[in-house]
Amino acid sequence: MENTQVKTLDRVVVRFSGDSGDGMQLAGNIFTNVSAGLGNQVSTFPDYPAEIRAPQGSLGGVSGFQVSVGTGVHTPGDACDVLVAMNAAALKQNHRFLKPGGVIIVDIDSFRESDLKKAQYATDRPFEELGIKAQIVEVPVTTMTKAALADSGLDNKSVMKCRNIFALGLVCWLFDRPLEAARHMLRNKFAKKPAVFEANAKVLEAGYNYGNNIHASVTTYKIETADPKPGIYTDINGNTATAWGLIMASEKCGRPLFLGSYPITPATDILHELAKRKDLGVKACQMEDEISGVCSAIGAAFAGNLAVTSTSGPGLALKSEGIGLAVMAELPLVVIDVQRGGPSTGLPTKTEQTDLMQALYGRNGESPVAVVAPATPTDCFTMAFEACRIAIEHMTPVILLSDAFIGNGASAWRVPDADEYPAIKSCEVPADMLAAGDWRPYVRTASLSRYWPVAGTPGATHRLGGLEKNADTGAISNDPANHEKMVLLRREKIARIADDIPSLEVLGDADADTLLIGWGGTYGHLRTAANELCAAGHPVAFAHFRYINPLPANTADIMARYKRIIVAELNTGMFADYLQAKFPGKNLLRINKIQGQPFSVGELVEKTVKLMEE
Amino acid sequence: MIIMENTVFTPADFKSDQAVRWCPGCGDHAILNTLHKAMAALGVAPHMTAVISGIGCSSRLPYYMNTFGFHTIHGRAAAIATGYKTAHPEMTVWQISGDGDGLAIGGNHFIHAVRRNVDINIILFNNKIYGLTKGQYSPTSARGFVSKSSPYGTVEDPFIPAELVFGARGNFFGRSIDVELEISRDLFVAAARHKGTSVVEVLQNCVIFNNGIHSAITDREYRADRTILLRHGEKMLFGKNMDKGLVRDGFLLKAVTVGEDGYTLDDVLVHDAHTPSNFLHQQLAMMDGQTLPLALGVIRDVEAPTYDESVAAQVDEVRARKGFTTLRDMILAGETWEVK
Repeated sequence: MENTQVKTLDRVVVRFSGDSGDGMQLAGNIFTNVSAGLGNQVSTFPDYPAEIRAPQGSLGGVSGFQVSVGTGVHTPGDACDVLVAMNAAALKQNHRFLKPGGVIIVDIDSFRESDLKKAQYATDRPFEELGIKAQIVEVPVTTMTKAALADSGLDNKSVMKCRNIFALGLVCWLFDRPLEAARHMLRNKFAKKPAVFEANAKVLEAGYNYGNNIHASVTTYKIETADPKPGIYTDINGNTATAWGLIMASEKCGRPLFLGSYPITPATDILHELAKRKDLGVKACQMEDEISGVCSAIGAAFAGNLAVTSTSGPGLALKSEGIGLAVMAELPLVVIDVQRGGPSTGLPTKTEQTDLMQALYGRNGESPVAVVAPATPTDCFTMAFEACRIAIEHMTPVILLSDAFIGNGASAWRVPDADEYPAIKSCEVPADMLAAGDWRPYVRTASLSRYWPVAGTPGATHRLGGLEKNADTGAISNDPANHEKMVLLRREKIARIADDIPSLEVLGDADADTLLIGWGGTYGHLRTAANELCAAGHPVAFAHFRYINPLPANTADIMARYKRIIVAELNTGMFADYLQAKFPGKNLLRINKIQGQPFSVGELVEKTVKLMEE
Repeated sequence: MIIMENTVFTPADFKSDQAVRWCPGCGDHAILNTLHKAMAALGVAPHMTAVISGIGCSSRLPYYMNTFGFHTIHGRAAAIATGYKTAHPEMTVWQISGDGDGLAIGGNHFIHAVRRNVDINIILFNNKIYGLTKGQYSPTSARGFVSKSSPYGTVEDPFIPAELVFGARGNFFGRSIDVELEISRDLFVAAARHKGTSVVEVLQNCVIFNNGIHSAITDREYRADRTILLRHGEKMLFGKNMDKGLVRDGFLLKAVTVGEDGYTLDDVLVHDAHTPSNFLHQQLAMMDGQTLPLALGVIRDVEAPTYDESVAAQVDEVRARKGFTTLRDMILAGETWEVK
C-alpha cells in the first residue's frame, strides 16, 4: 500500500453506475446504510432510466446511484469523488459527473470490442476518446467475481449478478468501511436464499481484499463523522418517509388510514410501503385507475377514515374533478403528488417542480386547497403528517408536492419518540348539538371547518354532494347570494390555515441585501449554495417555503426586508409568479432549470452571484 | 350489515324532508318509494345505511333518503362506494346509477366493483337515454336509435347490463321494472342480503325524453307473456295463465306451452339462483322479451368472498402475526442504529 495516499474529507460523493440490471441501486443503498451507521450524514440520488431493462450494455440502459456521505451533507453532491462504472456505456454516460482529481473504477472486463460498439464508441481507446484525465483503476470485476465463486455451484447468470457486490467491497475498502454491516444487510436482503447470500458475502470480501492487495496508486479516503442528536436512527427515503408520516398522523388522530392509489412512477413506492403496513392496520387499496384512487379515498373520508391518494403529475390531472368534489363536500383528503418531468408522460423518472400551478389552480370553479411541500427526504415525514393535520383540523383537501428527487433520495433519520408529534383533533360534531338536532352539514367551527361525523353515528345522517348547498340548512341551493357566500367561506377557510402553520424562517445571513427563496425539494442544494455564497463573501439570506397555500403569515414582512429577491425553482418560474401576484410591489429575480435534474450547488452559486452583480 | 331485530322501521323513517324534484310521471318516483319500503323491510337503521350516487336524474336519489348520502360526480359512484364500504364495512351501502352514469363514464368503475365483489348494492336505472342533459342516446340505446345526438340513428351496438355483469364475473344480478313495485321491493331486499356486489337493473321509463322505451315488454297488455319472474327453487313458468314454461333445447332455452307439443310440467326447468356456474344464469339474463320472455327477479345469487371483508381479514391476520401496536414498534423491528 506504499503508493496509496489517504485524504481526509468532510464529505465524499460516490456514484455507482452500470446496466439497469446490474444492481447499482442495491450496492449504493448498502454503502449508504453502512456509512450512516458509522455516523456519517448521507444523502442519495438514484438516477435510473424510464425503461425497465433497456438492451444490456446500451447507453439507454445505464442506471446510476449517487451518494454523499460525511458532515454538512444537504445534497447528494453536484459531482463525485469516485465513479464506479460497471461497463463502457456507464462510463460514457457518467464520466462527466466526476470531480477533477477524482477516481474512476471500471470493470475492465466489460470494455471488450463488442461492449464499446454497444456503447457507441468510435475508437477502441475509450478513456482517450472521452478525454478522461482522472485516475482510472482498471479492475477485472467479472473475472474476479467468477474466480471467487468458482466452487459455489451457482450458474453463470447468478454469478454475474454478484458483480455489483464485488464493486461494493472495493468501495468499502476505499472508504475504510468495515464489512460486517454490509454483510448483515446482505443477509437480510437474501434471507430466503442462503446460497445467494453466501455467494455475495464471499464476493464482498473478495472485492475488499482486492483493494487491499492491488499495487496501484489510489487515493483512499477518511470521512469525517457528524455529531448527530442521540437516538435511534434508520435510513429512509422520501417516499417511505411520506408513508410513515401518514401512519403517524393516523395514530395521532385516532382514525384508520385508507389509501386509494394506482401505480405511477415515481410515487408507487408509497403504495408499496402502505400495502406492507397492513401490519399497522392500514387499508391500502390498489384501484383500477387514478380517478378511482382519489374517489375511493373520498368515500373513505366520508365514512370517517383518514383518507389519502398518492400519484404523480399525470395522475393529479386525472384526480382534479375528484379533488373538486372534496372541496365542495369539505372532506379531509390528502393528495400526494411526487412530481416528475412533464408535460404529459414527460420524463417519468426525473425530477421537476412543474406541478405547482396544477396543485394550486388545476380544478374547475373557485376551488382552493391547501398545498404543502416537503424540503428533504426526511422532511417528507413531517410534511405528510402536516398535510393530514391540516386536512383533518380544517376539513379540506391538502396537496403534498413531493418530487422524484426527494421521493427517491435517502438520508439517515432519527426515529421520533411517540410524543414528538402533536395530537390531531378531528372536528367531531359536539354531542349536545347532535342530541338537540341542531347540527347541519355546513355548521362551522371558529376556523370555519365543517364538522366530520363518522359513518354509523346515530343522529348524524346527512347528505353531501357536488351541488352547491345552503350555508345554513345544507340543502341544495341555487341562490346567487348563497353561492357567493359559500365560495368566500371556502376561500377564507383556507386562508385562515395561515394562523395554524409555522412562520417562515430566514437562514444564511439575515442582514444581507439579497434574499434567496426556494420551495419544496430544492432545499438541500439551496441551503448549501447559500452557505457557500456567505462563505465566499456574497452574503445572502435564505428562506425556504414548505407551506405554499396559504403562505406563512410573516411572508410579506420578510420579503419587505430585502432589496433583491431571487426565486430559484425547477420550472420556468411558477412559484415566483405566484409570489409576484401576491406581492406585486416586489420585482422578483429568477433562477430556473427544467432539465429533469436537480440543481447543482455550483450553478446556483454562479447564477446567484451573477444576479447579485447585475 | 347490522340487523336490528327488535327495531321496526317504517318507510317514512328513510324519507328525508326534501321535496322530490323528478318530473311528474317519471319512473324514478316508484323506485324511490319501493326503496324506502325495502329498507324498512330489511330492518337496517337509517344511520347504518349509506346511499351513494353519481350524476344524472336518478343520482338525485340520496337527497330523498334520511340516511348517510352522497351525490358525487359523474360515473364515480362505484369507486366512492368501494372506498366507503372498505373503510367502514359495518355500513349497508347502496349505489344509485343510471345507464349513462354507470355504464358509459363510469363503466370502468362499474366492472371493477363487480369484479372485486365489494359488498354494495347497485341499483341501475336503465331508461336507455340521457335525461338530465335532455335526450342523447346512452350506451344501452339500441342500434339505430334516433336522439338529439344521433339524428340519423346510432351506428353502435348497446351494452346489455347483465352481460357486462357476467363478463365482470358478477355474483348477483336481478332485474325489475319501475312499475313492478313488489318485485322491485323483494329484489332490493335480496340484493341487500346478498354479501358482495349486487346489481339490480330496473327498467325505468323516462316520460319526457324516451317515453315508452320499454313498453313493448312492460305494457300491461303483454307483460305476462313477455316477462318471466324467476324464483329460486320454482318452475320457470310464465304467461297470463302460467301455462308457458322454459325448457332446455340442446344448449339453449326454449319457451313452450305446457300440454302442447308433448311438453309436460316435468320438462319445465327449476330456477337455481345459487348454482356457482353462471352458464344458465347468463342465458336467462340475456332473454330479451322477443322469442323468450325477459327475466325478472333474482337471476343469480351466489356467495363469494367480498373485497371489504377480505381486506379487513388480511389486516387482522397480518396485525396479529406481526404484533406491532405503533409505527415506532415497526420501525425498531427493522434496520436501525443507535447514536449515543
